[in-house]
Amino acid sequence: MSVSQNTESSETPAPARRTGGGVGRVLVAVYAVLAIAATGRSVFQIIDRFAEAPVAFVLSATAGVIYLVATIALAARLRRLAIVTITVELIGVLVVGTLSLLAPALLGLDSLDPFGRESTVWSAYGAGYLLVPLVLPVLGLLYLRSASSRRATG
Amino acid sequence: MIAGFTIAQVVVACAAGLLCLVIGLAGRRPNDLTLGAVVLVELLLLAQLVIALVAPGLGNHPAGSVPLFYVYLISGLLIPPLAVFWALIERTRWSTVVLGVAAFAIAVMVVRMAQIWTQQSS
Repeated sequence: MSVSQNTESSETPAPARRTGGGVGRVLVAVYAVLAIAATGRSVFQIIDRFAEAPVAFVLSATAGVIYLVATIALAARLRRLAIVTITVELIGVLVVGTLSLLAPALLGLDSLDPFGRESTVWSAYGAGYLLVPLVLPVLGLLYLRSASSRRATG
Repeated sequence: MIAGFTIAQVVVACAAGLLCLVIGLAGRRPNDLTLGAVVLVELLLLAQLVIALVAPGLGNHPAGSVPLFYVYLISGLLIPPLAVFWALIERTRWSTVVLGVAAFAIAVMVVRMAQIWTQQSS
């Protein structure tokens, strides 16, 4: 391993500059995990207990689908689609997160326990997902911006 | 579930995650140490599957939803192999970071599984 480490710095810069390469790979991995977690959980909630909070669960499933599309857009280097979906995520987590705290009844939520049975991906700014839904879109947009400025200058 | 084993499993998964994250951000490609750490996380998860299958027969019943528990367990079992597969085809430092992300995801999922097993309303 010690031999290959010395040569790595000369090999990695090129792929790291394209969207989806280098650190973008990590973003894709985190997005994939969140997409599976959000979609899987909301599908289960809809099958098992839809009547408890239909609005919140449908929003959660929608969020899951948006994460899936964002994951594919990042992996396939579809820049515009990635920007649109990630922006929607950021707006979604801010709007639904605020609503869930100020007017939980509007979303049909009785409990705000972030790890409870009605927890959804955007409730309380994604507290039930360790705030990853709040942080990830910001990182995603910063990454897309830096990837494009590097491409423009280099 | 066995509380002690579950706690140990979460600690190991967090340690593996931290190890891979630090080594990856230091610029190292996936190596025997980081791949081995994630394989260990997977083996502990397989042991958890055996425990979950055997425990109800010994009087240790889950309090929460059994299907939900297995959704977490089975999707969890898929994550480390995918991360290792990724690390083997794309040999960059970022694959090491991805190994760390996978290990942390397992830690979170095991905590959720413990919640579902022990609490009625999860």
